[in-house]
Amino acid sequence: MTPMRAKSAPPSTDMNDTSEAIVPDQTPSAKSHPAPQSGPVPQAAARPAEAKMQAKNVNFHYGTFKALHDISLEFPANKVTALIGPSGCGKSTFLRSLNRINDTIRGARIDGEITLDGEDILKMDVTSLRRRVGMVFQRPNPFPKSIFENVAYGIRVNGLASRSELPGIVEKSLRRAALWEEVKDKLQESANALSGGQQQRLCIARGLAVDPEVLLLDEPCSALDPIATAKIEDLLVAIKDQCTIVIVTHNMQQAARVADSTGFFLLGKLIEHDRTDVIFKNPSKKETEDYITGRFG
Amino acid sequence: MRKFEEQFLVLNNALLEMGTMVAQSVHRGVVALVDRSPSPARHVMDDEIGIDEFDIRIDSMAATLIALEQPVASDMRLIVAAIKISTDLERMGDLAVSIAGRALSLMEKPSLSEPIDITPIAALVESMVLRSLDAFVRRDARIAMEVLTSDNGVDAMRAAIQRQVVEMMRRDPDSIERALDHLIAARSLERIGDHARNIAEGVIFLVRGVDVRHQPLPVG
Repeated sequence: MTPMRAKSAPPSTDMNDTSEAIVPDQTPSAKSHPAPQSGPVPQAAARPAEAKMQAKNVNFHYGTFKALHDISLEFPANKVTALIGPSGCGKSTFLRSLNRINDTIRGARIDGEITLDGEDILKMDVTSLRRRVGMVFQRPNPFPKSIFENVAYGIRVNGLASRSELPGIVEKSLRRAALWEEVKDKLQESANALSGGQQQRLCIARGLAVDPEVLLLDEPCSALDPIATAKIEDLLVAIKDQCTIVIVTHNMQQAARVADSTGFFLLGKLIEHDRTDVIFKNPSKKETEDYITGRFG
Repeated sequence: MRKFEEQFLVLNNALLEMGTMVAQSVHRGVVALVDRSPSPARHVMDDEIGIDEFDIRIDSMAATLIALEQPVASDMRLIVAAIKISTDLERMGDLAVSIAGRALSLMEKPSLSEPIDITPIAALVESMVLRSLDAFVRRDARIAMEVLTSDNGVDAMRAAIQRQVVEMMRRDPDSIERALDHLIAARSLERIGDHARNIAEGVIFLVRGVDVRHQPLPVG
């Protein structure tokens, strides 16, 4: 089909906010083409800022099983990137390789390059990497300690602040995680007494206490009710001016709500990555369309 | 087929049924006018209620699908297009009623000595209506683009009829009322063409995810 629209109208006259993502040819045959979307316009749209982290041609093996195929993806600074896809598609494996939690798995092997501010994370000291790139897991995992000690833990372990500075940092972290008002009168109580949603926000506060540059979240709301979920989503949007966020989620509405850009994984491959509104309004790959509309499989 | 897919199909088919009904009404209005025949005109009046009901039903189905399915991508575009297309179809139905009304009024008066031929504009507009529906059925943006380009022809034809009407009214004041009825009918046809154009734009949005409204027509 002739790329009529693209030829005739300059982007500046376009009334539609998805215009930047329009590729000249959007016929069904182009949609079903399996190659990842290229072309300067959508990529520029999904990359408004300097990349904080960058994955280049990442392959990952669990023994003989290849879990990730040649993944290249940039995480722009101070943006939320969502990774979506069906179970087993490799999105969590990819997320976990961003702070090398997969290192401890026997038989796991990674190649390619992952950089943080241009520096190869595979060559970094893993402790300092994980201080800069924090992780929040699916199930809240507070330490069996007080609320205060949970948040202070990372600072103590890393020797990041003096004893007198601790209360201030704990308060600031709890405020950033939107939990302070609920716990300020019971900081010495056990973290286990908190509700699931509070525990998850506590874990986020614990992560934020060491001032990470990147926060990775692996389905952080899957065990939470809608109110707790909304609080976490609000806080992600609120903290992104101070760190770069990557979130794996099965909840597509969540990706739509919080993420600036969204990547769709399938069978270990990154099928499509674009601005979130483009992914949910007019994805260019048929596999993405089938998955987000629920017609998958 | 999964339940929500069935519901999207029901919505799609309701739009088609409504579209077919509207296309028939436009055709009957034109036949009533050209043949001075009351029966098709009354048929148009009777069908208007059904068309209005379709409009309400389609909007309600669309609202339900938004609430229950949180549609995205092409599903979302179908919902957005359906709400707009049903509004355009409903207005086309109203305009067909207006044409039928002019036809009934003209039937009560003698024919004009110099006939005003609305057949060419009616043929072009009817073909736009049918092609816009065809584009929707086939999800074919190319057919929809053709509808957009046809619109200019309709405007020119209506302008020609207007010139003829003005001239006639100047020459023969007795013809004013009948000439005006013809002009109103031509104007209604032109507006039906505009709505067909809107539907075509809706189809392009549905198929390509691109909004082509309020822009110069692309070349080629």
